[in-house]
Amino acid sequence: MRYIEPHGHMVSRTTDDYQAMVTAGCRAVCEPAFWAGFDRGSVSGFRDYYRQLTEYEPARAAKFLLPHFSWLCLNPKEAEDLALAHDVLALIPEFLDRPNVLGIGEIGLNRNTRNELKVLEDHIELAVKHDQLILVHTPHLEDKLKGTTLIVDLLRSHRRVKPGRVIIDHVEEHTISRVLDHGFWAGITLYPDSKSSPPRAVDMLEMSGRERIWLNSACDWGVSDPLAVPKTALEMRRRGHTEDFVDAVLYRNPVRFLSQCPKFQIGDES
Amino acid sequence: MSKPRSSRSSAGLPAKPVQGAIVDTGFIPTRAKLIDVAAFLDRAERYAVQDDFRCAALRAAAALLIDGKPERARRILEKLSDPTTAPAEKSSGKAALGAWPSADSRGATPTTPRRRAKK
Repeated sequence: MRYIEPHGHMVSRTTDDYQAMVTAGCRAVCEPAFWAGFDRGSVSGFRDYYRQLTEYEPARAAKFLLPHFSWLCLNPKEAEDLALAHDVLALIPEFLDRPNVLGIGEIGLNRNTRNELKVLEDHIELAVKHDQLILVHTPHLEDKLKGTTLIVDLLRSHRRVKPGRVIIDHVEEHTISRVLDHGFWAGITLYPDSKSSPPRAVDMLEMSGRERIWLNSACDWGVSDPLAVPKTALEMRRRGHTEDFVDAVLYRNPVRFLSQCPKFQIGDES
Repeated sequence: MSKPRSSRSSAGLPAKPVQGAIVDTGFIPTRAKLIDVAAFLDRAERYAVQDDFRCAALRAAAALLIDGKPERARRILEKLSDPTTAPAEKSSGKAALGAWPSADSRGATPTTPRRRAKK
């Protein structure tokens, strides 16, 4: 079995997790920039983080022969400080040419505020200007439905955004349709206590079709499981889905989206 | 605001569905979760926090389980969602709470401090 982990915050994980993921069949891991659990106080804090995502973490993964890619941004949780956000966004272009950078992400909304929307708009503009793929985080819990609608409407209002180059992550049963119906890709996140469980993820695949959907663990410093994606294959097989179905969702779909960035090369057969 | 598409079909079921697997593997863990829900509501009453808007929202959402209509998961998620459409003027904190106060419980505060923020 082979799979891609398209969303894992590996800076928060132990090296044992790399070993377990590779053993389970992981062929590449992609790491979006995210919130560190506290608000960074300066641009230099972000510079160090981007160096970690583009220098140190790929080297750590390489020890296990695992290609590591990253996405860069300022997380919506840190978007309330507009002055800092402005300076951090000005910093990002100097990292976009790094060999493992796939695009801008995970941008999006957290509490659906005006400042978050402003910073999201600036990120979208940055991505379009530099012809980058976009990975969008949708809010948690009661904020997800409203936030997803605001995000979709904002993306659709931008003439130069190509929906096929945007993945909107953490969809659930009440948001997946409005993402897919507008031509965007949808990410289903497998979490123990929130977002989606493996059975619910397979339900959504059965009801929405398997096109333009990827699964991810979004493993990080919270309660999460870096092997959630391969474990979901068991749920698919139990219901009678074929190995081709499993491979399409867990491997070929993310490869298809990510390969829109020429830097996504994993030396694997199709 | 964009409108969600109408409900989708089950056209994506396997060519040879293993129907027995749904109940055989799914019933016991689901039974456990249902009892957890019941025990949580009992516990909230014992500790006199049943009026917390989140407990009220959970009871209201649970009613959808037995209304005989499809897409229960989607409808429960929607029932627990913020129904407003305008962006907030400012953030009320990093973490969401999981439910939206109903009209009759609006203004009520949670019975406990906000939990730790999630990513």
